[in-house]
Amino acid sequence: MEIPRHWRLRQQRYGLIGELCPHCDTKIFPPRDICPACGHEAKTSFAFSGRGEVFSFTTIYEAPTGFEETAPYTVALVKLEEGPMVTAQLTDLGDDKPEIGMPVEMITRRLHSDGDERGMLIYGYKFRPSMKAV
Amino acid sequence: MTENKALLKPSRPVGIIGYGAYVPRYRLPANEVARIWVGGRVSGLPIKEKAVPGLDEDVVTMSLEAVRNALKRARIDPAEIRAVWIGSESHPYAVKPTSTIVAEAIGATPHIQAADMEFACKAGTEAMVMAMGLVGSGMARYAVAAGLDTAQGKPGDALEYTAAAGGAAFVIGPAEESLATLNAAYSYVTDTPDFWRREYQHYPEHGNRFTGEPAYFKHSTAAGKIMLEELGTKPSDYTWAIFHQPNAKFPQRVASLLGFTPEQIKPGLLSPVIGNTYAGAAIIGLTATLDVAKPGDRILMVSFGSGAGSDAFDITVTDKLLERRDKALKTQDYIARRTEIDYAMYARMRGKIAMK
Ligand SMILES: [Zn+2]
Repeated sequence: MEIPRHWRLRQQRYGLIGELCPHCDTKIFPPRDICPACGHEAKTSFAFSGRGEVFSFTTIYEAPTGFEETAPYTVALVKLEEGPMVTAQLTDLGDDKPEIGMPVEMITRRLHSDGDERGMLIYGYKFRPSMKAV
Repeated sequence: MTENKALLKPSRPVGIIGYGAYVPRYRLPANEVARIWVGGRVSGLPIKEKAVPGLDEDVVTMSLEAVRNALKRARIDPAEIRAVWIGSESHPYAVKPTSTIVAEAIGATPHIQAADMEFACKAGTEAMVMAMGLVGSGMARYAVAAGLDTAQGKPGDALEYTAAAGGAAFVIGPAEESLATLNAAYSYVTDTPDFWRREYQHYPEHGNRFTGEPAYFKHSTAAGKIMLEELGTKPSDYTWAIFHQPNAKFPQRVASLLGFTPEQIKPGLLSPVIGNTYAGAAIIGLTATLDVAKPGDRILMVSFGSGAGSDAFDITVTDKLLERRDKALKTQDYIARRTEIDYAMYARMRGKIAMK
């Protein structure tokens, strides 16, 4: 059980909330309070658009404990429109095959449950193929 | 005893500031259910296909997407929201509100009311009436009301053909900022045991033929008729009408009983292609109708929830609809995103395969 950790991370996980460096304008995710570009303090919170593209991906068939329920699933490095790279699951692929360069968008999904069916449900960001208006 | 049929009207005018829909990607055709349970009989199926949630979806994640779509159209500061109310019969926790998770994720916490509504298929419209009251009394500027479900039918039961996933959300606020005004509401409720689910049971029970006349038709027609009488309106005063849709036939019949035409219910009649989304069923019909409506159009919406009751709403579209409609995905965009699954995949996705 890691309730305190899940609780502390909830906002960054639900909505891709990172930081903005007030000195050099770099967008930071995950938040770390120090700008990786200029080394200055960066604590201004910043909501990412959630738009990005697949930089690389792999499909997991032998899922780690707690993630078996949705296996097989695809994990991708997603390059966000604002710059940072995040690792996340791709979901709602349907019959689409994941591809490098595929435009994706952030959505919040159930990641897993903490422990067995009695544990808390952990929600967080995943990415799906960008939806288009008909 | 006097009959109090007065309409519910807020003391200051209110309306819909933003609206959003959500339908998951997967579809289970009704003839696939028929293939498994009745030897593939294809005549008289209640719908064409139903929407099925993915393995990582539930009422929290679906509500969040519908609410985010509503906020894209509303373009308000989430910190000004004073209530998040979510109606469903499939909240993921038995104890722990869906609404707190959604409110946190949209940045509306901590200065809010939050609660989960439960009234079978009318839990979403119940939340809308409450939001009308909160905003209409001046206690709050904005309130979020949503209704979504990931409904389940017992394998082989009549409900398995239709019990679906999806729904809609609304930001309710002052009429002068609205894309559609909520002029009045009226609710008609009695103790009618047409459908229920006891604690710890996976699947609901229903009163078979008891679900039609004394439940769905009685409450829907009463709420609709009293609404029109009290307003002094007739069906031809409305451009569009939406009724709760447990299948394709019921809403068409109730529309005709009340004097509405097939054209009036057309944009909001989604059950043939997404199934019965329970708490989402009437209101996702409303989002689909708003997607095509014009300023000045008048809309009657009547929900129905087993147990039983109906909420009726009188709605007028304003010119603000046109500038906000395209700010988020439309209901038909979600319906067009479609991946068909077979019964075996459905059984896995809906947790019908026992692993221990
Ligand atoms: Zn910097």
